[in-house]
Amino acid sequence: MADTPGGRSLVVDAVTHRYPSGALAVENINLDIKGGEIIALLGPSGCGKTTLLRIIAGFIAQTQGRIIIGDDIVDALPPNRRAVGIVFQNYALFPHLSISENVGYGLAARGVDKASRQREAQRLLELVQLPAMAERLPRQLSGGQQQRVALARALAIKPSILLLDEPFAALDKNLRLDMQIEVKRLQRVSGITTLIVTHDQEEALSMADRVAVLSHGKLEQFGTPSDVYDRPQTLFVNTFVGSSNRMPGVVVSADRTAAKVRLDAGAEIIARPAGGTLSEGGRVTVCIRPEHLQFVGDETGFAGVVGMSLPLGATVVHEVTTADGSGVKISQARIGETRALENGAAVRLAPLAPSLANAFPATL
Amino acid sequence: MGTAPASRDVTSYGMGLAAPLALFFLVFFVAPLLQLLWLSLHNDTAGLHWGVGQYLHFLTDPFSLSVLGSTLLLGAEVTAVCLVLGFPIAWLYQRVGPRLQTVIILIVLLPLLTSVVVRTFAWIVILGRQGIINATLQSLGIIDTPLKLLYTQFGVVIALAQVQMPLMTLPLITALGRIDPNLDDASCSLGAGSWRTFFRIVLPLSLPGVIAGCTLTYAAAITAFITQSLIGGGQMLFMPMYLYQQASTLQNWPFASAISIIFLLAVLAVVSVFTTLGRMSRGYGGA
Repeated sequence: MADTPGGRSLVVDAVTHRYPSGALAVENINLDIKGGEIIALLGPSGCGKTTLLRIIAGFIAQTQGRIIIGDDIVDALPPNRRAVGIVFQNYALFPHLSISENVGYGLAARGVDKASRQREAQRLLELVQLPAMAERLPRQLSGGQQQRVALARALAIKPSILLLDEPFAALDKNLRLDMQIEVKRLQRVSGITTLIVTHDQEEALSMADRVAVLSHGKLEQFGTPSDVYDRPQTLFVNTFVGSSNRMPGVVVSADRTAAKVRLDAGAEIIARPAGGTLSEGGRVTVCIRPEHLQFVGDETGFAGVVGMSLPLGATVVHEVTTADGSGVKISQARIGETRALENGAAVRLAPLAPSLANAFPATL
Repeated sequence: MGTAPASRDVTSYGMGLAAPLALFFLVFFVAPLLQLLWLSLHNDTAGLHWGVGQYLHFLTDPFSLSVLGSTLLLGAEVTAVCLVLGFPIAWLYQRVGPRLQTVIILIVLLPLLTSVVVRTFAWIVILGRQGIINATLQSLGIIDTPLKLLYTQFGVVIALAQVQMPLMTLPLITALGRIDPNLDDASCSLGAGSWRTFFRIVLPLSLPGVIAGCTLTYAAAITAFITQSLIGGGQMLFMPMYLYQQASTLQNWPFASAISIIFLLAVLAVVSVFTTLGRMSRGYGGA
């Protein structure tokens, strides 16, 4: 495994973890992360992403599989010998130690003398733009500042991997964006391989080079943000990442690249077979994102009745009820004078392009 | 630990609400204490001559001073034993499942649920010449003649430590429970081993509990009249028994009062040393 300067590679090799009760926490997870990448572990609460993070950090010994950092299998190493930096959701700063002592804590554990520790702590505090806070106590700092300190503390040990556990969840919206930019900047500067655990898809898509989507302990998809968003491999990914209309239908004809689907809503459309091959006559769920639908004037597409229209600034979202009674959302960019749609207006809808409708075999 | 800005200032509730308790304390605590002080300032048992003779007598009498010294030492020993044995229990409590926690709490509280006399006699049965310990060691052939456990300083310390253990363990459990478990993980991930984590993080942050536990244990141990007397026997004299002898047997009330006052001041001094030590550490009241 090649390492880029500054960041070591991380391989999660067929990792499975079972709780003592026998329940599976994570099942057969494979991730191959290059040195210097930012990876987001994305999934709803309870999907096993935090368990996976704790396995990588060494707090939990996995039932099966291996963790490989750089060229070393680290499974036998306790957390204090893995050199993995962690930023906890609540920052976990030591409340009785000054900011400088917090940042220097890892160096003290490595036997670095006090003067060098303070010098290094000061350097890192300048890096996270808090040079004047060295002598304060954590409780005298704001949430954003505490997070910067937590980052500086994790970076002080020159970790091979940086793990961030829901790092921005406790921050308000504006501060969150600042900190996301800050983390990305620091990651660029240090080139350190970084793993962010999050349930916030925007955060995952905006920050990560690649996103691993987890659900119920299984890896649903591991790919670039545009892969995950535009070419979802599973129904879960399609609906969890971004919003999506789920429309049931039956396959009329299918090959490897395209499938003709008759929607229950009453139209035949061309969709992309996203979750493996589709068999003729089989039931499917077609996912179309609201922004990938358009109003059509002719007889193509399916019919519906406009329910509610929500102007959301740059876009307008219309809720349309189709012939089979299901609701479909369509979002339109607001360009000039967008045609106002009255409640109850009859419309026809169609996907913008066949590749923008994803067909998945219907699960039971 | 400031009050929230929204909450009303404590003083604005009016002192009237505290009056019943204040009155109770005035009648049953402050008044007797003043009477004690008044009594101690008499040079003769009849209470006719004013003076500080009783205090001078105590402070110049090597025997009295040795009783005071051995009592304060006894308290220190009991406190040390409770701290060393109680901390691991409190630490364990924070790391086991809820069912084991219930068991631990029950075991910790058990001494408080037993009558002090019954408990003390149990210790006599355990520590005596023909007691459980000596009988076991003899039957195993480890010792030939019985060890002297009862009526020794060791016996008193052990018996008192068992009795006072809850006073140490409960504040420690509370203090350790307040520590964010992530701090342990954070310390570990930064490369610190278990001992460094304990001495640099867990111990400083649990200091409020340590101080509270030590203060309670100490105060309870040095004033534990029954256990001290029964396990210590006639040869070992501690302040409570000394006081009792002077007051009840010798009817020397002024001297007994002076002993009380001196004992009280000595205890207050030790307790304020504990508190000052705690304040000096930055962990106190933090988090």
